Amino acid sequence: MSTDTSPVSFPSVPGSHKPDAILVVDNVTRSFGGLTAVNVAHLEIPRRRITALIGPNGAGKTTLFNLLTGFDEPDTGEWKFNGLSLGGVPAYKVARRGMVRTFQLTKALSRMTIIDNMRLGARNQRGESVWRGIIRPAWASQEQEITQKAQDLLERFNLAHMRDELAGSLSGGQRKLLEMARALMVEPEMVMLDEPMAGVNPALKQSLLQHIKVLQDEGRTVLFVEHDMDMVREISDWIIVMAQGEVIAEGTFEDVGSNPAVVDAYLGSHHDVDLGDHA
Amino acid sequence: MNWGLILSNSFYTAISANAIAYMLVATGLNVHFGYTGLLNFGQAGFAAVGAYSLSIPISRFNWPWPCAVLLVIVSAVGLALLLGFTTLRLRADYLAIVTIAVAEIIRLSLNSVRFTWLTGGNDGLQGFTSFMEKINPFPQQGIWLWKQKIDGYRLWLLVSGWILLMVVATIVYLLMRSPWGRVLRSIREDEDAARSLGKNVFAYKMQSLMIGGVIGAIGGVWLVLDKQSSQPGDFATTFTFFSYTIIILGGVARVKGPVIGTMIFLFVIQLVDISLQQATKTTPSDPTPLLPTWLIDQNNYAQLRFMVAGFALAALVVFRPQGIFGDKREQAFDVH
Ligand SMILES: Nc1ncnc2c1ncn2[C@@H]1O[C@H](COP(=O)(O)OP(=O)(O)O)[C@@H](O)[C@H]1O
Ligand SMILES: [Mg+2]
Repeated sequence: MSTDTSPVSFPSVPGSHKPDAILVVDNVTRSFGGLTAVNVAHLEIPRRRITALIGPNGAGKTTLFNLLTGFDEPDTGEWKFNGLSLGGVPAYKVARRGMVRTFQLTKALSRMTIIDNMRLGARNQRGESVWRGIIRPAWASQEQEITQKAQDLLERFNLAHMRDELAGSLSGGQRKLLEMARALMVEPEMVMLDEPMAGVNPALKQSLLQHIKVLQDEGRTVLFVEHDMDMVREISDWIIVMAQGEVIAEGTFEDVGSNPAVVDAYLGSHHDVDLGDHA
Repeated sequence: MNWGLILSNSFYTAISANAIAYMLVATGLNVHFGYTGLLNFGQAGFAAVGAYSLSIPISRFNWPWPCAVLLVIVSAVGLALLLGFTTLRLRADYLAIVTIAVAEIIRLSLNSVRFTWLTGGNDGLQGFTSFMEKINPFPQQGIWLWKQKIDGYRLWLLVSGWILLMVVATIVYLLMRSPWGRVLRSIREDEDAARSLGKNVFAYKMQSLMIGGVIGAIGGVWLVLDKQSSQPGDFATTFTFFSYTIIILGGVARVKGPVIGTMIFLFVIQLVDISLQQATKTTPSDPTPLLPTWLIDQNNYAQLRFMVAGFALAALVVFRPQGIFGDKREQAFDVH
């Protein structure tokens, strides 16, 4: 997989067309009672790019993530990943198709060791079938490969020294790192990160940022939700802005920053303070 | 007080065929609750289904016993499927509600006059243990365990039961340290995380329900083989709650937990029970009991034993919250 580092040049309009989009969303809506949390008419996510999804609190970003990854069901709409429809596909199958997400509220598996958290992510494990599970020789060699791969990733994410400790003992930032590393064990084509920097101390933020860039270098597509505009500027190729469930703007950081609709959406709201989580 | 008899009897109670039944039922529950995080409050229902799947076909229809044993497994799997398909896709608490309800429905149906022709109603069923007596290799007179007599049939149940328990515990141990067991634990920790990593959570929960259910059903079989009678009263919800007490005592999500937990639980209860029984006993030659009758007498010691045993168990849990074999580290991260 080659990396495309050329500047992007898609039309800066909401729902703009991208050649070779990896994810195409049409008419996806979801309401809670009377509140329309998500109402996305059309959206395309460019392949092998880092796309930021921004918007004030309650804009529907997390809900959109939940819908696209099978953790919630939309009222209407359809979406395609690599040209295949994902409507009605359960969350675990979405992950197997190559679209893996993380959660705004980190889901470290607290009473499991860090290395077990990592191993869990690996695909097609022979020992995960109940019959072969009993017979250790049936999966021991694969387990060794998985452990090696997990170890390599832990080293890359500076967690290797803690591999045998319980994940519950990690700091908030380290949990974010673990969750991202664990997602990579699935070998996803597209990674969706819901506020990967939230609650992370500034020292760790820089390293997280580098990790996200490396994902792109590896040929993966990244879609991430973030409130820290410096971070967004630094790593995103493309920005999508949501407000009140709708996509209100798209473009490069400069395009979006000068867009009056975006300024309006943020006006009066403290965009750097996220109060809610409905993941 | 005859301490030799009290201690040998309490010890025997803790390792007897009856204890093995508790160990098996709690081991099944440990698969559900300890490893997978499934709140099954109807484990007594699995035990009942196991007990009656053995006793009904043998006493009523003269089935050969291997067929009845097969039915035990098939019905436990069937019950797991029923509970699983109705509740596993819903929120966790639904499983708790439905399991407790289904277990009670099973017990009440077994007790019902309508089905007496089949289940024997309140009196239950007897005469289904002759196959076990026939294949008993031990002499009828049995042995003495210090001051406790064990007859040949009970000795046979005890020895074969421990072998069976070891086989079951080994299978559970092998499963839980496999990647399959890792997926189960991840579901216990956070099932959405497991889903996000491509694990079919529903299928794993169902497998857990089946395996723990079959183990619970085998426990029910051992219970009624020991009593030589299967009666609905043995499968009340207290059986399930005793099983929870046992796995918490022994250490949740530990293979040894249910075994050690059962031993402590039954030993303490039996010790308190017969100590009080002896201390309140009067004989024509010795009309004054050891304990003053204004405090306790022969008519009310039975209620007191659960109180005393309860205090003893509570103290144990207070001073060792992770259970006997639990991991102190894990206790620190109580995620829920
Ligand atoms: N499960 C839910 N039940 C009711 N309302 C919800 C639920 N999830 C989200 N919402 C509402 O939907 C809107 C969008 O929420 P969310 O997607 O979390 O926004 P964001 O992630 O952009 O901050 C909010 O108004 C929120 O209160
Ligand atoms: Mg959110």
